[in-house]
Amino acid sequence: MSTAILVRVDGRPLEVRAGTLVAAAVELAAPGRGARVSPSGERRQPLCGMGVCGECRVTIVGQVHRLGCQTFCTAGMEILTDD
Amino acid sequence: MTEADRTIALHAGLVVVGAGPAGLAAAAAASRAGVDVVLLDAAPVAGGQVWRARQGVATAPVARALAGLARAGVRVLAATRVVMPLPDRTLLIDGPDGAHRLHWARLVLATGARERLLPFPGWTLPGVFGAGGLQALVKGGWPIRGKRVLVAGTGPLLLAAAATLRREGAALAGFAEEAGPLALARFATALLAHPGKGLQALRLGTALAGVPLLAGGRIVAAQGDGRVERVVLEQGGATRTIACDALAASWGLVPQAELGQALGCTLAPRFGDAALVVDGAQRTDVAGVFAAGECTGVAGAVAAQLQGEIAGRAAAAELAAAPPPRDLLARRLARELHFAAAAAATFAPPRRWRDRLRDDTLVCRCEDVPWSALRDQPDLRSAKLATRCGMGHCQGRLCHDTLASVMHWPRLPVRSPLTPAPLASLLAIPDSPPSIEETLP
Repeated sequence: MSTAILVRVDGRPLEVRAGTLVAAAVELAAPGRGARVSPSGERRQPLCGMGVCGECRVTIVGQVHRLGCQTFCTAGMEILTDD
Repeated sequence: MTEADRTIALHAGLVVVGAGPAGLAAAAAASRAGVDVVLLDAAPVAGGQVWRARQGVATAPVARALAGLARAGVRVLAATRVVMPLPDRTLLIDGPDGAHRLHWARLVLATGARERLLPFPGWTLPGVFGAGGLQALVKGGWPIRGKRVLVAGTGPLLLAAAATLRREGAALAGFAEEAGPLALARFATALLAHPGKGLQALRLGTALAGVPLLAGGRIVAAQGDGRVERVVLEQGGATRTIACDALAASWGLVPQAELGQALGCTLAPRFGDAALVVDGAQRTDVAGVFAAGECTGVAGAVAAQLQGEIAGRAAAAELAAAPPPRDLLARRLARELHFAAAAAATFAPPRRWRDRLRDDTLVCRCEDVPWSALRDQPDLRSAKLATRCGMGHCQGRLCHDTLASVMHWPRLPVRSPLTPAPLASLLAIPDSPPSIEETLP
């Protein structure tokens, strides 16, 4: 399982191992930053890890509200977090 | 041509929702009896939470089960969610290739459980995770090596999560189980009647050698500048602060019964939380609908497998000329449920949770609703209408769980869609969607 996959997180290239969750790629790209901004402006990281809380939501190549904890990285994937 | 005409209608003798221990066992049992089975799961790889894939690779029991299902011709739909039940034994499902209608003659709900994730001051800081939540993320490549992690809350899952985190290189800053020493001693006595579980706990316990044990320690607050840097605990009347990079906390598991509720199945408290009511053949009180595993009460993976096998066999007996489930399964299940009752008594959800909230503690983290906006609301419906509590992405699965399970507010009925779904998927409903007028109270 050492296959490397190249993705982009907020425009910056990142190499991850096969089987890496999008949520984990976001953490690897910018540790502690988180993918979501709450209505009052707090930065958030995933909480539940199983597709319930929605704190891991990202945009993936034009698809909004994808769950980063339920999606594996694929080659060339463009991941966008909240500003 | 309408959107509904464009979607494919799938048919199966038995549809199983959830591919954890219960769902895999149900699909296997029914397919062995010659029933045509569709098994679907929201995750990209089968296994559920307890048998979760590591770095995208199915764990050994799951790989074996999937190979057997493939040989039996079971269709497995990964990354597929049930959006809502439709009339005439049909589910609207949404997966990688869009929405489909899925027709079933018999249905097994194996929708599992989720962690009880309770609000406390600082719980929205980056670095605060559910215990099983962090365990799941780490199995998906979340970097944890060298990080100082405090594990806290209550329940057997804490031990399993701590063992995984340590194996993956985390430095455990502490392990705080709220159940007091007396409750733990009683549980240890119950473990004696279940040698297999005692050994399992011992193995996990050994994995914690050298970790500071904070027996009875309760989280007061997570603190830090933009991320968690320390956690304040209350232990035996004294306050202590633990420096850490992450907090992994939860207070047991809650049955995920929403799909059963939407189908009209009756719920009743089991092992402390509302769960789908089933008979000895795992039948719910809705015709053709069975339920197995933790959505019928949190009792662990072994019970879930047994219940899944019973449900699969019972459904097959109704559809094909298959024998009913054997009595042996029921006897083994009874032992497991006896153990579950002891576990539920030991690791009960905390009392007086409202004492742990501050006015500014966000109870609904989807919509950022603080406790001050909720404390004087008469019930969940008013709270929802006045504050948007429970109207965000999780649809109340976190905040309404909190308000129902530790504040004892009566639950609201579930509403469809059960999961946020693209509009195109909702347009796949055969009859036109209800007008706005019809959805108003």
